[in-house]
Amino acid sequence: MSTKGHFGDYGGQFVPETLMHPLEELEAAYDAAQRDPAFHARLDDLYRNYSGRPTPLYFAERLTSEWGGGRIYLKREDLNHTGAHKINHCLGQGLLAVRMGKKRVIAETGAGQHGVASATVCALLGLECDVYMGEEDIRRQELNVFRMKLLGARVIPVSSGSKTLKDSINEAMRDWVTNVRTTYYMLGSVLGPHPYPTMVRDFQSVIGREVRVQIIEKEGRLPDVLVACVGGGSNSIGLFYDFVQDSRIQMIGVEAGGRGPKLGDHAARFSGGRPGVLHGTYSYILQDADGQVVPTHSVSAGLDYPAVGPEHATLHDTGRVTYTSIDDREALAAFNELCRLEGIIPALESAHAVAQAKKLKLSPDQIVVINLSGRGDKDVAEVMRIIG
Amino acid sequence: MNRIEKAFARKAFIPYITAGDPSLEVTRDLVLAMSAAGADIIELGVPFSDPIADGPVIQRATERALNHGVTLAKVLQLVREIRKQSQVPLMLFSYFNPLLNYGLERLAKDAVDAGVDGVLASDLTVEESEPYRSAMSRAGLNTVFLAAPTSSSERLTTIAKASTGFLYAVSRTGVTGERQELAADLKEFLATLRHHTKLPIAVGFGISTPEQVRAVWQEADGAVVGSAIVKEIERHIGKSDLVDRVAAFSKWLRA
Repeated sequence: MSTKGHFGDYGGQFVPETLMHPLEELEAAYDAAQRDPAFHARLDDLYRNYSGRPTPLYFAERLTSEWGGGRIYLKREDLNHTGAHKINHCLGQGLLAVRMGKKRVIAETGAGQHGVASATVCALLGLECDVYMGEEDIRRQELNVFRMKLLGARVIPVSSGSKTLKDSINEAMRDWVTNVRTTYYMLGSVLGPHPYPTMVRDFQSVIGREVRVQIIEKEGRLPDVLVACVGGGSNSIGLFYDFVQDSRIQMIGVEAGGRGPKLGDHAARFSGGRPGVLHGTYSYILQDADGQVVPTHSVSAGLDYPAVGPEHATLHDTGRVTYTSIDDREALAAFNELCRLEGIIPALESAHAVAQAKKLKLSPDQIVVINLSGRGDKDVAEVMRIIG
Repeated sequence: MNRIEKAFARKAFIPYITAGDPSLEVTRDLVLAMSAAGADIIELGVPFSDPIADGPVIQRATERALNHGVTLAKVLQLVREIRKQSQVPLMLFSYFNPLLNYGLERLAKDAVDAGVDGVLASDLTVEESEPYRSAMSRAGLNTVFLAAPTSSSERLTTIAKASTGFLYAVSRTGVTGERQELAADLKEFLATLRHHTKLPIAVGFGISTPEQVRAVWQEADGAVVGSAIVKEIERHIGKSDLVDRVAAFSKWLRA
């Protein structure tokens, strides 16, 4: 029997049987879209004229001089429309939903970035949009909730379980299994059952393709190190994917170290988790001895999730990508440093990547690209609460 | 002929309860009482933290069980105890991760030793099931898979081939939970299923009244009732007559 959507041992399709038909439908629609030049033309047009791509690759001169190591570049995904890389896969999936004739879209969101991007694309394409969001996250991200409402989406509070991202995905999947014939599930990362991890990666891989062109224009050669934060893993895979074959380039994925290494205090799946099945895919997950998924913690809501995209699991096992973690305190310090030295308020997620880059031992001629996956406006209130 | 096959000698009534809701002792008493009240097979839910195929009633039961520290190992111990007093066919009903985490070979061996008759994991697709099926079938456990109204004809063929004991037909799209009406296209769906399998067919999801049980029996070989029974348990938590009440409810459904 053929099994689909595997990355080494990981990935696959672990869903209630009712969802298998829509997944097959989605895969067929995606394959057809991939072969259709008109689909790509429309997506490229939206990337360019709606979202503002290509996003700049910015040489961070003051960080470079302050850190005294390699030459630091920031890939400015924060300058996308809606302020993060999430718009890349939402535009792609939105066009696909239209192609499939679906009139209603559902999405899950943690911090609200994917929810806002989904609501934005649904407004643009005239689709009805329901976003599942944990009650705890609604409380923490009031502004994004209002943003989604302004954009015409309905935000549905999720009160089950830990009332955060994990539970929002549970609820979105329950909605999908119920309304499967009419609804498109706009999943927000390289997670879930096949074809989502592949499809979302393909839409995000525009990041790495642009970096390749931009860095050659600026430096005349490819970078030495790529650094990105890893929640579900969409911005990191987006940066890495085009460079996986360039074995000379070091790639570092940064997970949330949270409050510390105790289970429940962090979201570092590779150091604290084991392979298992959650939300339709086989990958590393944070679970207890009985296979129950455990709560996670990170100062950054976008990294606060117990599983990681299955392609990262295989990149981890083969050693192609090195996964590290940065704790809350280090991330906040990097957040401050980027504000002060470069005049850029980064998302707390992206601040994890910045903190990791600072730790690297580099010679002055080495080139580092950090994916600045989102802007930090959404985090200002939370940071104010923490540091005053 | 194994216990599950024998259960389909008549139209089967198959209640589902979440193991450990409200406690493992009560679950044991419920199994014995429902068996005496006419249950032909009993599905024991092994709780998982993220039950994506379940509606609110079973989600709450799952939370109650997990809050009491119910694990797969404890459910197997419970089955061992039940087997001292009853031969009612027992199915473990769970999600894949707790089973995988326990170890598939180890689970197959321990489940058979304990007296389990079959296993169903609601998020395990046939495509991903090969190691699981070979471990379970080598040990002599039935592997039941779900067939959905959205399943293509090709999928129904593979699902029927992978299932042993019986085939579980999901009555409609959606999560577990009571519904006022059976799905309009159920009859047609079951007729299609019959073309794909000689196994008995049990229907579940949304069945909550004796009328619905009888209607399902017209077209299929068994009726599964989950949320309605779990809700009856929930309603009587903390009361001394919980087991009697739920057994009476179960008897009413089977009538």
